[in-house]
Amino acid sequence: MAEAYALGKIGGFCHLYIGQEAVGTGAISVLREDDYVVTSYRDHGQALARGITPRAVMAELFGRSDGCSKGKGGSMHLFDRNTNFLGGHGIVGGHIPLATGVAFAIKYRGGDQVCLCFFGEAAVNNGAFHEALNMAALWKLPVIYVIENNRYGMGTALERASAINDIAERACSYDMPNEVVDGQDVFVVREAIARAVTRARKEHTPTLLEMRTYRFMGHSMSDAVSGTYRTKEELEEHMKRDPIMVLRGQMEELGDWNDESMTAMDREVREVVEDSWNFADNSPEPSGEALYENVLVDTTSDAEESAVAGD
Amino acid sequence: MPVITYRDALNQALREEMQRDDRVFLMGEEVGVYQGAYKVSKGLLQEFGEMRVVDTPITELGFAGVGVGAAMVGLRPIIEFMTWNFALLAIDQVVNAAAKMLYMSGGQYPMPMVFRGPNGAALQLSAQHSQAWESWLAHIPGLKVVAPATPYDAKGLLKSAIRDDNPVIFLEGEMLYNTKGEVPEEDFMVPIGKAELKREGEHCTIVSHGKMVLVAMQVADQFAKEGINIDVVDLRTIRPMDVETIVTSVRKTNRAVVVEEGWEFCGVGAQVADYIQRECFDDLDAPVLRVHQADVPMPYAKAIEKAAKPDARKTVEAVKRVMYLNSD
Repeated sequence: MAEAYALGKIGGFCHLYIGQEAVGTGAISVLREDDYVVTSYRDHGQALARGITPRAVMAELFGRSDGCSKGKGGSMHLFDRNTNFLGGHGIVGGHIPLATGVAFAIKYRGGDQVCLCFFGEAAVNNGAFHEALNMAALWKLPVIYVIENNRYGMGTALERASAINDIAERACSYDMPNEVVDGQDVFVVREAIARAVTRARKEHTPTLLEMRTYRFMGHSMSDAVSGTYRTKEELEEHMKRDPIMVLRGQMEELGDWNDESMTAMDREVREVVEDSWNFADNSPEPSGEALYENVLVDTTSDAEESAVAGD
Repeated sequence: MPVITYRDALNQALREEMQRDDRVFLMGEEVGVYQGAYKVSKGLLQEFGEMRVVDTPITELGFAGVGVGAAMVGLRPIIEFMTWNFALLAIDQVVNAAAKMLYMSGGQYPMPMVFRGPNGAALQLSAQHSQAWESWLAHIPGLKVVAPATPYDAKGLLKSAIRDDNPVIFLEGEMLYNTKGEVPEEDFMVPIGKAELKREGEHCTIVSHGKMVLVAMQVADQFAKEGINIDVVDLRTIRPMDVETIVTSVRKTNRAVVVEEGWEFCGVGAQVADYIQRECFDDLDAPVLRVHQADVPMPYAKAIEKAAKPDARKTVEAVKRVMYLNSD
């Protein structure tokens, strides 16, 4: 992806997920198909984990009409109705109330789905976060808020932005269950999410989880990996716990994995990426007509087909 | 036909649409137990229960976002702002979320929701509580913006807004809630995007919307006594604007005055004047004039508050000027 960006295939802002993979994949792997995911702009990994095809994600990044948002959203706004992936959103914290609203709708319809909401640790200083959590706790809504604490809001360290460092404690204001979780271990992530999902489905209780992770790349493509707000040494220290390598170690210990299987998987991933790249490259640019489509819909409701029971 | 208040007309629309469609719910501050800050939602909590008439904390950003989320997964929220002045706290949700969701998702997520509440100045509420937001909101592609002037239009347009699959901004007149008018009891709709020629004349056109339509009608009555007949165009919907009705009228009268509650700069009147200069350039006998709030925050003191507001006297002056009549 970094290569595609360098070649100008991908434009605009682009926020890589490298280093945080265990959070998105672990968390989403616990969900049912009819559950919902809402996330921020660092959304590529989560979109893939939710099941949007690599082709549709790559085509969106390339700004092509076969992209999951028809080339109109781009890197920060991946959407897919088929997998209940309710978007990548670009304003820090702005999407957290949306997750509360999705959970409100679940309760309204008497469903037992849950809504999973990802955001970075910088969002917990934002009013939208507090307003959303207060209502979710007040109304007992089935939503799981996942803080991806990668230590930096762009270039501002957590300690320089938040009055408390254990930010899971923010949930205490709302009497909401909360946990600090090792976000580099996919199994630990899964277990924490599973506990929260059970609470949400069975007791309609929201949860705040602080996943401690680390971003191995810059904030976005224009940001150097290290040197200004964090040192090379700090980065290297964190890279010792690369979530993919942690998983590899665990699997090797179990005897399910060896160098050969790693090489085979690498090859397979490379093939998927190449296929997605070629697909995206061959997908047409959005047409001139598309520019003016999807601003408004030209329909009105038909109460006869009211679907409160489901969507 | 029954004569009811603007407030009760809105209440009827809410009740009828909530009866019609169980996906429709009302959410906002004081909408339930308190029965609405302006009593627009009177009796609804008792009829529909607390899952469909939802009292919120004072958290405009938060509950506007809750509405957007609920709309994404199939509900049809009506989000009430106690006044539009407070909606500034929620503007990220209105502009960045509701207005853009359909577009940036490539058409996957329509936003069938209404943001409603009182707009414009009342009496001596001073700067932070006396503002007309229509030009701000109408600036945004992806929103429809509606501002009814009469009880009939209030009911018919609110029903249309609730049934519309797009986000609709519904601007009620704070000073209009007690005004009365004929409103049919049966189910009727007023289409969004259609202006109404409320009074016919041949000498001058006044284009207006919301509360200022009442001023325009009063001014037209006054001129009629002198044999000057005025076309009064009530926009009813700001966006999409019914340009055809404006143009048809101005081609007939050759003169236009635009009256609005908001400030002059980048106001609704600027857009109307632009449509007129584009479509009626050769028909105009005078420049289009605008009547609006003085270019200051609204003061508290009665006399200067009055001086700041657009009113009948200022409208009469403007009409006289476009007709080249001797001014007082």
